[in-house]
Amino acid sequence: MILVLKWELLKLLAQKRTYLGLGAAMLVPLIFVLVLIFKAGGPNDIPLGRNIRDTGLATPFVVLFFMSIWAFPLITALVSGDIVAAESNNGTLKTILTRSRNRGEIYAAKVVATLAYTVLAIVAMGVVGVVAASLEWGFNDLTSLSGTTVSAWHGLGLLAASLAIYAWPMAGIAAFGLFLSTVTRNSASAVVGTLMWALLMQLLGVLPGTESIRPYLLGEQFQAWHGFLRTPADWTPVVRALWVCAFYVGIPLAVGYLVFLRRDVAGD
Amino acid sequence: MSDALPIEVRPVEARGLVKRYGDIVAVDDVDLTVERGDVFGYLGPNGAGKTTSLRMLLGLIRPTAGRARLFGRDPIVDGARALDGVAGFVEGPRFYPYLSGRRNLRLLADLDGGAPRSRIDEVLDVVELRDRAKDRVGGYSHGMRQRLGIAGALLREPKLLLLDEPATGLDPGGMRDMRELIKRLAADGITILLSSHILAEVEELCNRVAIIRKGRIIYEGRLDELLGSAGGGYVLRATDPERARAVLLAHGIEGVTLLERELRFQADEATVARASIALGQAGIGISALAPRSATLEELFLGMTEEEAA
Repeated sequence: MILVLKWELLKLLAQKRTYLGLGAAMLVPLIFVLVLIFKAGGPNDIPLGRNIRDTGLATPFVVLFFMSIWAFPLITALVSGDIVAAESNNGTLKTILTRSRNRGEIYAAKVVATLAYTVLAIVAMGVVGVVAASLEWGFNDLTSLSGTTVSAWHGLGLLAASLAIYAWPMAGIAAFGLFLSTVTRNSASAVVGTLMWALLMQLLGVLPGTESIRPYLLGEQFQAWHGFLRTPADWTPVVRALWVCAFYVGIPLAVGYLVFLRRDVAGD
Repeated sequence: MSDALPIEVRPVEARGLVKRYGDIVAVDDVDLTVERGDVFGYLGPNGAGKTTSLRMLLGLIRPTAGRARLFGRDPIVDGARALDGVAGFVEGPRFYPYLSGRRNLRLLADLDGGAPRSRIDEVLDVVELRDRAKDRVGGYSHGMRQRLGIAGALLREPKLLLLDEPATGLDPGGMRDMRELIKRLAADGITILLSSHILAEVEELCNRVAIIRKGRIIYEGRLDELLGSAGGGYVLRATDPERARAVLLAHGIEGVTLLERELRFQADEATVARASIALGQAGIGISALAPRSATLEELFLGMTEEEAA
């Protein structure tokens, strides 16, 4: 399994789209910091936006606020929608499926590689955001949404927790992308379809009449990390995201797995 | 001798393979038996079901009905374990274009549980690709990819090699090299299942063949028996073909055809000998009289086109 995973990761590292995704995740906070260095004002109507120049810690939170809606779903879809379909198109699926590995092992390696990429993109944004912004504005205490001041290191811990809980619904997006990638055998459809899924989940959440199901929509979990910006932390959305997302991760992965195990590899 | 072996150990044993896509029956009740040491030719027109049956043998697609076993193991039941000792490719080998030839082989070796660098060099040498091994496969010619496909298969040290049209798209030199390579591999004791369009190649390489048409096997057996079954034919070139035909007829030889001043007919050897004397006595000169066996191409076209018309 380790060797199969190693090659899934090496394949990702050899493809341009991986760098497109990771590059975007790192460029956005960088551009954000650069713009605020040269321009007065700031994103005042966004949580923590008013405090953006008080500490470098505020930047990754604010950038995550922007990117959580469609940028990270897109970055996630870019690889998850491609990872099986690309092999269908290249015809390499039959190459690797006629060696000494079972289909389940190949699928599992693809799942882990996709999740690793997704987490790496989110972490990369956080690291670049903190480092770039702290170089300009310092690594200072952070004022939470409740108005309480927390130490810089405590703030860093909150950032790590926020990125971690945000990565979970993104894993749901990645799982859906992998599922589409397996079923459609077409990279473009799977990438676009995954992005549509992410947007639809958020759109449903703002429509009138969806109040009762809203807490259980995947899009709603994109904001669960806001809970960490309050003192004391509001665990309700966090705990809900943990179990709600388990379904959004588990179901597409399980269905995709069954399809991958049984599907005919013909013409791909 | 091979019949005495239990069927489980046969390299390929397919029984009643069927693959249906909706109303279309791509493969219809196919039986295939490849014995150890065979170079088995699998022939058929495009779309006859060759590649589909090879995919079923490798477990890439699930048969609608029937079973395939490789050395006694069913790829649908036993998964990758059924491919122990088996290697090859269907519809042309495919590689990651963004990785070098060597890295592609490295990847395949790792999927098989690893291989030392020397083994990769060795198979690269066999297919004469060592000096291009560090280049990305995206820049390889068609022939180089075919050869890399063979290298990838050889990495597994197979006892059974499945090759789907390995010479397709190669230039004459490349085709000759591929033929030589297959001969060498067969001489090393590897059983080979070769699907091919190039009948001269099959005639040169294979000892047994199966011919598939519209998803059904219409012949399976020894190649020499197939060629021999159409035997007994003669070709005669004479100074006066029309009179010669009459002489042949007088000796009970019927169904004589005249084709570009050549008479062709079926008869046993003794009758032909008597007829030749009669021709001489009738003052008809014989410039050539020779037995003529049908080529695989004639037999193949005859078998695959007869009912289609």
